[in-house]
Amino acid sequence: MDLLNALVALANFVIVPAIAYGSQLALGALGVTLIYGILRFSNFAHGDTMAFGAMIAVLVTWGLQAVGLSFGPLPTALLALPFAILGCILLVLVTDRLVYRFYREQKAKPVILVIVSMGVMFIMNGLVRFIIGPDDQKFSDGARFLISARDFKSMTGLQEGLAIKTSQGITLIVAVIAVALLFWFLNKTRTGKSMRAYSDNEDLALLSGINPERVVMITWIIVAALATTAGVLYGLDKSFKPFVYFQLLLPIFASAIVGGLGNPLGAIAGGFIIAFSEVTITYAWKKVLTYVAPENLEPSGLVQLLSTDYKFAVSFVILLIVLLFKPTGLFKGKAV
Amino acid sequence: MTESVKNTLLFIAVGSLILLTGFTQSWNTAVLILNMGLISAIMAIGVNLQWGFAGLFNVGVMGFVALGGLAVVLVSTAPTPGAWGAGGYGIVLSLLLGAATVVAAVLVATKMPKGRVQTLTIIAVLIVGFFLYRAVFDPNVAAVEAIDPAIAGNIGGLNLPVLLAWPAGGLLAAGAAWLIGKTALGLRSDYLAIATLGIAEIIIAVMKNEDWLARGVKNVYGIPRPSPVVGYEVELQQDPAFLARAEWLGLDPVTASTLSVKLGYSLLFMLVLLALLWMAQMALKSPWGRMMRAIRDNEVAAEAMGKDVTRRHLQIFVLGSAICGIAGAMMTTLDGQLTPGTYNPLRFTFLVWVMVIVGGSGNNFGAVLGAFLIWFLWVQVEPIGLWLMSVITAGLPDGSALKSHLIDSAAHMRLFTMGLILLIVLRFSPRGLIPEK
Repeated sequence: MDLLNALVALANFVIVPAIAYGSQLALGALGVTLIYGILRFSNFAHGDTMAFGAMIAVLVTWGLQAVGLSFGPLPTALLALPFAILGCILLVLVTDRLVYRFYREQKAKPVILVIVSMGVMFIMNGLVRFIIGPDDQKFSDGARFLISARDFKSMTGLQEGLAIKTSQGITLIVAVIAVALLFWFLNKTRTGKSMRAYSDNEDLALLSGINPERVVMITWIIVAALATTAGVLYGLDKSFKPFVYFQLLLPIFASAIVGGLGNPLGAIAGGFIIAFSEVTITYAWKKVLTYVAPENLEPSGLVQLLSTDYKFAVSFVILLIVLLFKPTGLFKGKAV
Repeated sequence: MTESVKNTLLFIAVGSLILLTGFTQSWNTAVLILNMGLISAIMAIGVNLQWGFAGLFNVGVMGFVALGGLAVVLVSTAPTPGAWGAGGYGIVLSLLLGAATVVAAVLVATKMPKGRVQTLTIIAVLIVGFFLYRAVFDPNVAAVEAIDPAIAGNIGGLNLPVLLAWPAGGLLAAGAAWLIGKTALGLRSDYLAIATLGIAEIIIAVMKNEDWLARGVKNVYGIPRPSPVVGYEVELQQDPAFLARAEWLGLDPVTASTLSVKLGYSLLFMLVLLALLWMAQMALKSPWGRMMRAIRDNEVAAEAMGKDVTRRHLQIFVLGSAICGIAGAMMTTLDGQLTPGTYNPLRFTFLVWVMVIVGGSGNNFGAVLGAFLIWFLWVQVEPIGLWLMSVITAGLPDGSALKSHLIDSAAHMRLFTMGLILLIVLRFSPRGLIPEK
């Protein structure tokens, strides 16, 4: 019974949140990795692209709520998601046309593109703050829990409760659908194959008659869709705050690099590795250990390895270890 | 128009912008812009050293600036009575234990034969070391933080003159940069960017959370000023000689005293800036500077000529970060307080980058010019935006939601404008206002 309680506590505080967070990171990292694979630079504006997409979702959600539309027990934001994706696609395509295309034609060095993306980051950040302001915005509605802790306790009779938030369930389901669609697209369709070919060997792809501008455009569309989805899911799970999305840049990059930049499968693995390590290392293990440890040996402290404020440090240290021992990432990524 | 005439005119133009602020707004604002402009110029020289000379992409400027600020607290504030006895030495011991753990793990990694035994030994060393460190660290920290938590709760400083804290800030930043450079400089350029971005966040997280060090988010106030160059307003207002001079200038005592304090800082900052600028110019012209640019332009060729690229990169990374540390220490001195909560990467890392690129990367004077110009805009965009918004919304009725939203959001024009300036310069004049020769 104690062991079961320990397992439930572990699931409640570590496994469920880490799966949700990991899915969000994986979606974000997929965007970074695709940009890196096709356009060959690290996009510093990715966090703010997520924020922009999520912002549109927030605004549309408010609009839908105002006219009285809702999605039953599911959050209205899911209805707003397609509009948000469209808005975000528009933004990144305009950005690409006005900003990035010039440097692509010049064959500028990747580091120049990174600096350019810094400028784009400023502008997007400014836009988001300009439109919705820098404050926290709540936009989740519908049922709060799939299973609440109390229901779980009365159902199973255990001491520990297991709460699964609706947002966590939705995150996982949406992420699985998005990833399945992405991999189907990349592996089965002609366009997807041309994208992979372009990523593997640009010159060869050009020789075989692949239109580079079309590949780039489709990449941006996919990236905008992924970024918006990731942004909305993160916002539903926590809350929407522009600056937090900027800060997500670090764990997202860590996920993409740990998995191997340019490798979509690696980005997903990286997202979950980073999420699980962040949550396990900053979790206070006292509760779980008290159930498992024999009598009299219960821990006296919180048994928290690092305080939650250091979660950035965790993703960073993992990043460094992987870079030092396996510079191309766990799954073989590119090394440009 | 020759090069030097054009550059002089550019400097005069930026100077007159600041003077114009003095005439139209207030001299206090103008001198404030000048002071932060001087500090920003020093940061820009540091970044220019790394990016312009060597092509290193460091986006962790904020971390080094914050370390400089930390050095000010550790050097110039008074020690908290009893803190060292209560737990200060214990904390130092625990940190040494932590360092010893890392060294031991590295030794195991390099000396033992590869294999499963080695991996297990490394893990064992790290786990044992970590728990030992926490066992010594936690009680000592609790003891220090328990001392008078409302006003202290930290170990305090060494009570040395605050001017000594400036080079100390440089040293602290240099030490951190050496550690980072050792691990991250061998990596590819954008990995270095991510690594420095992460380190900066971690440094800020440490400064926010380790209350025993510099009170964390409770902030440290009342950092001593570099007297006698910079005085205290209250004392000046009671000094008859000062009052006579103020009257002669036709200023009221309050304005005169605040201006005198700020100009004192300007003088000190100017001296530091000129010294660093001179050194950077000498470095640029020296064989060392030429070697650096050769490495930047073609690493493979430079390596083939027998240059140790990684070591040179480490060298310049440490130097540039040290300069950012000095600037950070100066900024904390100017503020008179250390507030870890206010360090924001957009303001302290990316804005400095905008300065360097707009001014002209690779040219020290360009970096300095860019720093003054961008800092001026950063300060002035907000009032300009507010004015612009009130013009745009003049036709809207008072109290309409759109009007108040637009006026409120004028404050966020800054980031947008900076991004726009950066993109425009990169596109139409990628070498900046004063290009590299």
